[in-house]
Amino acid sequence: MSPTPAPNSPQGSGTRHFRRLIPIWLVLSAVCDIVYFFVLGPHVPPGAMTSSASSQQSDFNVLFLTALPVIMAVWVYMGYAIYTWRGSRPGATDPEGGVAARGHLGIQVGWIVSTTVIVLAMFVFGFVELAVPAGAGGGEGPNPLWTPTSKGVLPVQVIGQQWEFTYRYPTFGGFETRDLVLPVDTTIAFHVTSLDVIHDFWAYQLGVKADANPSEDNVAFTTTRQLGAFTVRCDELCGLWHGAMYNFGKVLSKSQFLVWAQSTERTNAANTKNLPAFSYTYVPDANGADGGYYPDSVDPYSNVETYGATTPAK
Amino acid sequence: MAIDMRESVGAEHSGDVPPPVVHPRRRPRWLGPNVGRALAGAVGGYALGHWLGNLIASGYTHVQTSGQNDVAVVLALSIGVLGWLAGAGMLDYPVAKVVGREPLPPTPSRSWTRYFGPALDHKVIGLQYAVVVLLFFFTGGLLAMAIRTELLNPTNHVFGPGTYIAVVGEHGTIMMMMASSIVVGPLGNWLVPLMIGSRRMAFPRLEAFSLWIFAAGYLVILTALPLGGFPTGWTGYAPLQTQAGAGMDSYLVGFAVIGIGMILAGFNLAATIINYRAPGMTWGRIPVFVWSILATAALLTLATPTLVAAGLFGVLDRTAQTAYFVNEHGGSSYLWQNLFWFFGHPEVYIMALPGFGIVAEILPVFTRKPLFAYRVSAAGMIGVALLSFFVWQHHLFQSGINPDMRPLFMLTTELISIPTGFIFLVGLGTLWRAKISFEVPMLFALAMFFNFLIGGVTGVFLSDVPVNVTVHGSFFVLAHFHYTIMGGLVFAFFGGLYYWLPKMTGKQMNQRLGKWHFWPMFIFFNLTFFPLFLVGLLGQPRRVFEYAQNLQVLNDFSSVSAFLLGASFLIFIANFVWSMFIDPKPSPPNPWNSRGLEWQTEMPVPPYNFARIPVVLTDPYHYGEDDAPAVADLGPKTLALTGAVPAAGGTAEGSVLRGPADPRPPIV
Repeated sequence: MSPTPAPNSPQGSGTRHFRRLIPIWLVLSAVCDIVYFFVLGPHVPPGAMTSSASSQQSDFNVLFLTALPVIMAVWVYMGYAIYTWRGSRPGATDPEGGVAARGHLGIQVGWIVSTTVIVLAMFVFGFVELAVPAGAGGGEGPNPLWTPTSKGVLPVQVIGQQWEFTYRYPTFGGFETRDLVLPVDTTIAFHVTSLDVIHDFWAYQLGVKADANPSEDNVAFTTTRQLGAFTVRCDELCGLWHGAMYNFGKVLSKSQFLVWAQSTERTNAANTKNLPAFSYTYVPDANGADGGYYPDSVDPYSNVETYGATTPAK
Repeated sequence: MAIDMRESVGAEHSGDVPPPVVHPRRRPRWLGPNVGRALAGAVGGYALGHWLGNLIASGYTHVQTSGQNDVAVVLALSIGVLGWLAGAGMLDYPVAKVVGREPLPPTPSRSWTRYFGPALDHKVIGLQYAVVVLLFFFTGGLLAMAIRTELLNPTNHVFGPGTYIAVVGEHGTIMMMMASSIVVGPLGNWLVPLMIGSRRMAFPRLEAFSLWIFAAGYLVILTALPLGGFPTGWTGYAPLQTQAGAGMDSYLVGFAVIGIGMILAGFNLAATIINYRAPGMTWGRIPVFVWSILATAALLTLATPTLVAAGLFGVLDRTAQTAYFVNEHGGSSYLWQNLFWFFGHPEVYIMALPGFGIVAEILPVFTRKPLFAYRVSAAGMIGVALLSFFVWQHHLFQSGINPDMRPLFMLTTELISIPTGFIFLVGLGTLWRAKISFEVPMLFALAMFFNFLIGGVTGVFLSDVPVNVTVHGSFFVLAHFHYTIMGGLVFAFFGGLYYWLPKMTGKQMNQRLGKWHFWPMFIFFNLTFFPLFLVGLLGQPRRVFEYAQNLQVLNDFSSVSAFLLGASFLIFIANFVWSMFIDPKPSPPNPWNSRGLEWQTEMPVPPYNFARIPVVLTDPYHYGEDDAPAVADLGPKTLALTGAVPAAGGTAEGSVLRGPADPRPPIV
């Protein structure tokens, strides 16, 4: 950063500092990256329970492995500067000002170019990682642009309301339950909606997160890969008991899931009849009476079309 | 080189002393507008508005069925604010103009009581702002202590869920209001005219108005607590907002009131910087702090109107039963999110840029080097300000709104880290082969770089949509923005306070106590918020009062650190009270040997700053040059000014600003 050090500068040539700084930075970055990659990386949340979870984990790790050398560069430099150029060091003299100290063109251009390259590379990486794994488990709105390639997709509707989540299985007669049960090795399409305020469906270990907006169908995809239990929490402040709005789900084998789904469909059949027909969104009863919720375009009290309720094109 | 400046911009106040003007209608000061009268006006206005609201709306069906009259609350708060402003004398001038009377001239005063009433001197207003933002800051800080107390245990509760959610919302909102003005208000108003060589702000009455309406916002947002709080946090999402209790009205009116103050402050600062620069203060010479304030002012004026409009929509939804945010009646719950974050993300940079400006001023002084890459730093400020308008939907990556635009917002968000990185280039480059002295302001500036690096890098993580799926809405986000706002802006602000308070008050802060304040604040800040990154990654959503058992150790660690972080501010308060009131030691005129124009003025700075408009000769960063030119020619007889002042401290006696005294008030 000092292109033309005065020949008799008391602090010597600038290259001397670079010769120390660069090896320190290289070694520290390499050590940190290696330790991170082998020790911490495999344990980074949200784990590997689903395709989206493991892609989020690997994305996080790629970002972290890129960020560590950047952080190290700043920290090593600052530490070096604070020690080497402290005013209290023996023989400290006033630095030389002038044009040379006001900015070295190469350093400035190098900085701008290198940060731009890092940023653009991260963008391309993030874009690919968003599009290829079908939205990476995030909410993709009612008409997802990036969809999974697998043939069989299990749709599960997630309905948020103050202050609990319920789930409807449209391919099993549309029964509603408070237990989220999923089959393993299956692509799931979560259709997330809300009956009142904005909630957020966060199936932590599944690597799925999608806002639940009233009158909106927010779709998120993932493919289950491991058996086990997972946590669902509401991740958008939804009022008084937001902190208590959580429940647990599990991933079963395909046959166990089928047994569970069919038996629940049978046992819930009487209740299912009383529910509004399955729909991607539900709007409250026009009068707010009896707490009923009716599907799209069903407005029992008038022939006026209800705005705001949309059915996805797909 | 006696340059006749009478023909120049703003120079009309110098020169001959006019005959004193006699105003027969002077009142004793305690009868005039002051903070007591403002409080009385606020209380009276509140009562009047409440009565009026009940008169209008108590018969409405929805008021009778819900038992909650939002019309009364909104009118009470709005008319209360008007009463506050009237009591503070903010309406005297426009009302007098409207009714055709000659407005009372401002009462020039050097008494300490001038700090309790309306003022037109930007330095008085700057200090008044400092008191108000610190009031905001410490109130919000106490609420933070309450939050961390509740989170000591995952299942045993100190507060009920309603109280907890009210405390969380109140903490967030107060802190955001504070952070939007913590630098622009006190330091921006105090320093900008001095730094650009102006005798005044462009619109002194607007400046006073922005201060008093900002203070009114404090009272309004405090009323949320007795009204039951609001359950939405500082983001105020609808439709939860629409169904919330009366405390929500305080939030909406409070943000609108604060927003009006922000817009006016922004206009005023931008107009001042553009039009009131002294001759020779070219765009290539204005201090980087002024660049940062200019960029911030642009954001304040362009982004904040959206917040005020959104607040108005919210108020209408709750009172007049409109349906801007009600999906089933044609509105949209996305609308509030869009409007709020269209303001909210520029707001984030309103809370970052002034901090960058402060550290850019501090670094050259304590490294005795010119600022590295001045032009890049100015470009960084402008670049951040421009880009900040194109990133807001990254708050809504998982919301289902505009999902196909996520790559674009990921790109813009990541791009903004490039101009932000310029600030690091400037900072690190200035350290290169410097002579660093670790005075208290410098410690804060270095800490700002340490903290903001973590805050910035985690911001890139959040901008990556796949990673965002995991960390969105979790404590990871919380830790990220505390690292940028508190670790960046608040550290820079305290650095700036230690740096400029000697100039602002003429008294030294105790340096040893300053270091005792810095080290616990720095250490416990990091110990408080770093664990929260892990807490978020491990699955704890924001704003919950119950969390998983396995996260208790990390939460407790963070809580205990937070209490110690809070305690570190007691050292600051003790230092402030001790140094300013109990054992004040006069500060030398230029204790840090700064070349900044603001340090070359008389101490204390006279009400009109400069006896003559200075002629600026160079930028203020010529450190380490033997033949450095003087920063400015401050008067006909005093070219002797050198920014690189004698080591004895301060300019040579009599060399600065001993022109004829101008007894006129600065504003005519």
